[in-house]
Amino acid sequence: MNPQLLLAIPLLPLLAALIAGLTGRVIGRAAAAGVTIAAVAASCVLSLQVLNSLLHGTPAFNGTVYTWLVSDGVNMQVGFLIDRLSALMMVVVTFVSLCVHVYTIGYMHDDAGYQRFFAYISLFTFAMLMLVMSNNFVQLFFGWEAVGVVSYLLIGFWYTRPSAIFANLKAFLVNRVGDFGFLLGIAGVLYYTGSLDYEVAFRQAPQIATHTLHVAGTAAGWPALTAICICLFVGAMGKSAQVPLHVWLPDSMEGPTPISALIHAATMVTAGIFMVARMSPLFEYSDTALSFVMVIGATTALFMGFLGVINNDIKRVVAYSTLSQLGYMTVALGVSAYSVAIFHLMTHAFFKALLFLSAGAVIVAMHHEQDMRKMGGLRRRMPVTYWTCLIGSLALIGTPLFSGFYSKDALIEAVHASHRAGAVYAYWCVTAGVFVTAFYSFRLVFMTFHGPSRLDHHAEEHFHDVGWNMKGPLVALAIPSLLIGYLTIEPVLFGGYFGDAIHVLEAHDVVAELGREFQGPLAFAAHSVFTLPLWLAVAGVLCAWHFVLRRPDQAAAIAKRAGWIYRLLENKYYFDWFNEKVLARASRGLGTALWRGGDQAVIDGAIVNGSAGAVGWLAARARLIQSGFLYSYAFWMIVSLVLVLGWFLVRA
Amino acid sequence: MITLGHMLTLSAILFALSVAGIFINRRNVLLLLMCIELLLLSANFNFVAFARYLGQLDGQVFVFFILTVAAAESAIGLAILVVLFRERRSINVEDLNTLRG
Repeated sequence: MNPQLLLAIPLLPLLAALIAGLTGRVIGRAAAAGVTIAAVAASCVLSLQVLNSLLHGTPAFNGTVYTWLVSDGVNMQVGFLIDRLSALMMVVVTFVSLCVHVYTIGYMHDDAGYQRFFAYISLFTFAMLMLVMSNNFVQLFFGWEAVGVVSYLLIGFWYTRPSAIFANLKAFLVNRVGDFGFLLGIAGVLYYTGSLDYEVAFRQAPQIATHTLHVAGTAAGWPALTAICICLFVGAMGKSAQVPLHVWLPDSMEGPTPISALIHAATMVTAGIFMVARMSPLFEYSDTALSFVMVIGATTALFMGFLGVINNDIKRVVAYSTLSQLGYMTVALGVSAYSVAIFHLMTHAFFKALLFLSAGAVIVAMHHEQDMRKMGGLRRRMPVTYWTCLIGSLALIGTPLFSGFYSKDALIEAVHASHRAGAVYAYWCVTAGVFVTAFYSFRLVFMTFHGPSRLDHHAEEHFHDVGWNMKGPLVALAIPSLLIGYLTIEPVLFGGYFGDAIHVLEAHDVVAELGREFQGPLAFAAHSVFTLPLWLAVAGVLCAWHFVLRRPDQAAAIAKRAGWIYRLLENKYYFDWFNEKVLARASRGLGTALWRGGDQAVIDGAIVNGSAGAVGWLAARARLIQSGFLYSYAFWMIVSLVLVLGWFLVRA
Repeated sequence: MITLGHMLTLSAILFALSVAGIFINRRNVLLLLMCIELLLLSANFNFVAFARYLGQLDGQVFVFFILTVAAAESAIGLAILVVLFRERRSINVEDLNTLRG
């Protein structure tokens, strides 16, 4: 593979972002949109070409394109590792990004920050590509932080809204907690292997596994690899919004909808999943770390799904669904089914972007109304959006033959086959999650598109179906949402697609176990009729139908009856309350104490002002000696002279 | 017979008188200048006494130097005194305490 060509893939969006961002006012709206779309389209085509050549037997590319600095034998480089894993991610990222770029033309049509928005999303594409294409930890960290920054900029895109500013600050702070763990993990890798290069570090994973890490000189040691992997996973928890660092994702819905689709559903949040899959040679040697990953993922998958059930904001429902699906992927990582996690990541990227964009289309049509209680009956008024949203929802809940079915069913089967500690808990969480997913997804569909119209006067007056520049991307995403699972499950999961890119120890290989029973995608779909998840999904849809369309009064009655559960869900398990009232207050208290006690009292008071005060006090006393009278000076001179001479005499 | 002891005693008395004059006198700057002259004279007296006692001329030469410097010093001192008087209408020592801390 040609390094220049590879370099062009991330740099074209960067260049476009700079042009649109810095000269946006000069070149105008159409040109800013045009240049960024052209750049991302070019990246997409190049990525497809890279994937294609890899599929036709070209060996993986691993090389340095630029050495940034060498310090004490540690190389910091810009380099690419293009194997089938990163190529798949590149295609997903650029394709979804391209759809979102096109969709943005319509969505942001009336916004004053039009060029700025295009600059940001192009910059995001650059950052994400740098992250997935990297062949070393430094560049990974660069991409990791860069997507965080762009996410911050985009959540606060409407920077005059206080809620948006609150949300972007929250996202940034929560991610900071995760990034700290991530940085510690990278430091651990560097400490034990002396290299930041993936290849070198991964090769030494079995040796690191034999080391123990002694924290702060204590006798008790931790297995070094487990500590490193958990630290790295803490980073993934921040970016991929796993409990308890998930709190930023629902709030990030303050950003414009295209961003919710691109960053907070399809790409950035999957960075954590991708990272763990990329680090599979490290994680494989630590069962403890993988169990930790699995339990966190399972908790996120089920309990965040519940929150989607009671929310009425159309975007937030999809956001909680994203959290839950990220939890699914994390569980797959935890049972060593990395390829299944990436497979689910890919199918999810398509149908979740689709769901977000169709939610965005509804929001635009409703003249920026997001409350589902004020929608209803939109099926006939926006048919394209309805059908694409329905395809997305069916894919999400795992209807046989849809893309989500293949990834999710394979995932649940993989968890079922695993014998790792915690796998039973994880299995029940993901299985129960299927019901919850079906329930909230179809609650959304029924509340928005079916039933009687509940539009208020304002929305009714301004209602207009969206144009084809918004419907086009919906259709473009609906096709892979429908088909990609059917077409790719066999090669990706069981055909050895990933090859060396993902490393699984023989004893952990649950995917191979599934592969022995796999007899083609159609048989896989047929088999699902005899399994629990499908019937749970059907039950979920029926429940949603019952409570939303048939007997809405019963839903309210249950909410009233189960008061404390409802309150628990309404307050999102009190995570926000805990963070704001306990963590934030405690750290502010600590800050105030340090400011008052440490800074004002000790540094300012005692050291700076104190030393000046002591000199002043001494001078005030010494001043009194100066009487100003000539005779007193003469007297002191004589007395001192006598004393000095006397001393000399006595000494002699 | 006048011995070295007598002369040194006289010189010491002169010195003590002048020091006492500087300390005790709190009225007149003119008196201060006179006391300083006396102080220098007592030192001169010592020089002369030792020159004679040791039979060397060095001390007597030194006396001339000191007399010259003392003359110059009192000339400057008196000049300052005149300016001071014009400025403050007083040569009272008690009033001259602007250097007081």
